[in-house]
Amino acid sequence: MAAAPSDPPRQRLLRVAACTGPEVALVVDGQAVTAREGESVLSAVLGVVDHLRLHEVSGELRAGFCLMGACQDCWVWFADAPRGRACTTPVREGMQVFTRPPPGLLP
Amino acid sequence: MTRIVVVGAGPAGVAAATLLVERGADVTLIEERAQPGGQVWRAPAPGLALDMDRLLRGDSEGFRRFHAGFAVLRPRIDWRPETLVWNVHGGTVQIVAGGAQQALPYDALLLATGATDRIAPIPGWTLPGVFALGGAQAVLKDQGCLIGREVVFCGSSPLLFLAAVQYARFGAAVTVLDTTPLGAKISAVPGLAASAPRQLAKGIGLMAALRRQGRPMHLGVTLLGFEGSGGVTGVRWRDARGVERVTACDAVAYGHGLRPESQLAEIAGASLRFDRLRRFHAPEADALGRCGNGLYVAGDGAAIGGAEAAEVSGRLAAMALLADRGESVEFGALPERLARLRRFQDGLARAFAWPHAQVAALADGVTVCRCEQITAGEVRAVLAPQLGAAEVNRMKAATRCGMGRCQGRYCGHAAAEITAAALGRADAPLDRLRAQPPVKPLPIASALVEDDWP
Ligand SMILES: Cc1cc2nc3c(=O)[nH]c(=O)nc-3n(C[C@H](O)[C@H](O)[C@H](O)COP(=O)(O)OP(=O)(O)OC[C@H]3O[C@@H](n4cnc5c(N)ncnc54)[C@H](O)[C@@H]3O)c2cc1C
Ligand code: FES
Repeated sequence: MAAAPSDPPRQRLLRVAACTGPEVALVVDGQAVTAREGESVLSAVLGVVDHLRLHEVSGELRAGFCLMGACQDCWVWFADAPRGRACTTPVREGMQVFTRPPPGLLP
Repeated sequence: MTRIVVVGAGPAGVAAATLLVERGADVTLIEERAQPGGQVWRAPAPGLALDMDRLLRGDSEGFRRFHAGFAVLRPRIDWRPETLVWNVHGGTVQIVAGGAQQALPYDALLLATGATDRIAPIPGWTLPGVFALGGAQAVLKDQGCLIGREVVFCGSSPLLFLAAVQYARFGAAVTVLDTTPLGAKISAVPGLAASAPRQLAKGIGLMAALRRQGRPMHLGVTLLGFEGSGGVTGVRWRDARGVERVTACDAVAYGHGLRPESQLAEIAGASLRFDRLRRFHAPEADALGRCGNGLYVAGDGAAIGGAEAAEVSGRLAAMALLADRGESVEFGALPERLARLRRFQDGLARAFAWPHAQVAALADGVTVCRCEQITAGEVRAVLAPQLGAAEVNRMKAATRCGMGRCQGRYCGHAAAEITAAALGRADAPLDRLRAQPPVKPLPIASALVEDDWP
């Protein structure tokens, strides 16, 4: 259930159709998240948190914008891959996603 | 053997590839996404139990026809999904797939790269929860997710009403705020009715459905900004009578129509022409989609047109390509059909207008470039006569506006309006940010492979 509009929701996306694929376990900022095959990193993360990243210059919260791979505003950090788009990257088992530069990795 | 490369597996690219294959051509079809469909026939992700009949209603037949057609086409072509064409150079398309790069030579190149949302920056447009209008619809189609529960659809676009109706079908509380006045819509009606009465009826039907359901819907509004801290909580707007209002929400779907993804065409050598009605640039092509030198464009990437125009223009460009290679083709009534559909789009461009004067007058403090976080004031500052940035690409070099990861897709149109107004040239054809390869950022790993090229 969404919170009242004056109180920003903890999750940003609302799922209205079920993903029926096998479960995929990932870790978002250290928190275990269960997604399903076919989900994008963006919908998995925005299903549990209300943003994807902090803007490098302004520090503003960002949650993606175009949702079709064009604006690059949804870049997150991965433990085992270069930074990249959350909206066009499918979830993978064991994936570690960060919405802040993870310690020990280059920003 | 003649190798034809088609880029983009939306209705235009797939229609072109189908016709070419039927005529015995050897076709490589390259698509950045995993699945064909483009924007209009975007398919649910594997395993997503989305009821397409509920989402698309009358359009679900078209969806099924497209995907059934593609299933027949697929074994007959060299199908390259999850492959980005990032450059066109020396008679090859440079592609990257799964981190590996390759240069594919072609004899003829048909670009059907589609479109993305055109955005007019306003206060608060970078807040979490504010999404591009097309994206709001895309995430429902392929991920089965809504961007929020109380969603304001605002800007101006026929898609505003379609997307709002689709969101309402899945339980969202929707409000529509359209910046084009009713008067402009009414004056466009005769032209729309003459060129595509069925499409006009469909559009009016969407507005009527929202009315019937009691969804708030206002035309001719002025959008003042999106409010909230850490996430959008409301839209501030002025109604047609001048009364200021705030609509509470937890998400915003925002856009002013579409802009062609013309970067590859430009890089491949097409000239661009300024479209005075829409105030953007599109590839210069003849009525069939020929740009010259074995380059063809079709669909939204050539001229914003909707699904039917995309399909028809894809077939026409493929026929032109075959004719240019000495084959006999029968164009029949298709060119006239495309011309009619494009006239309809001209009417739509008037009924859902780009608010260029408002963009040009954007307050100094508002962010124009969301990648590099550059404001309208920073853009204007480098245009002062003594600083000498007298053109949008010089402005870009001086400010970094348009130099970020989106390559100017989301700021370029506003930056061009602000620049032209500041230089007193708003009535002349606008400047534009020049396209540069790679058309999208490449994964770091793939850039390393570049050294191995012959
Ligand atoms: C979200 C959205 C919803 C829409 N809904 C409707 C609708 O319901 N009805 C309607 O009539 N119109 C709709 N439109 C308008 C729509 O754009 C057209 O109807 C139609 O999809 C255009 O077809 P196309 O083949 O020209 O381009 P698209 O359908 O946009 O397809 C272009 C394809 O090219 C691919 N591509 C682009 N660049 C590259 C590259 N460099 N490398 C590899 N692949 C690339 C893209 O991934 C995409 O799949 C919608 C538009 C949007 C943005
Ligand atoms: S949200 Fe724009 S690229 Fe992902």
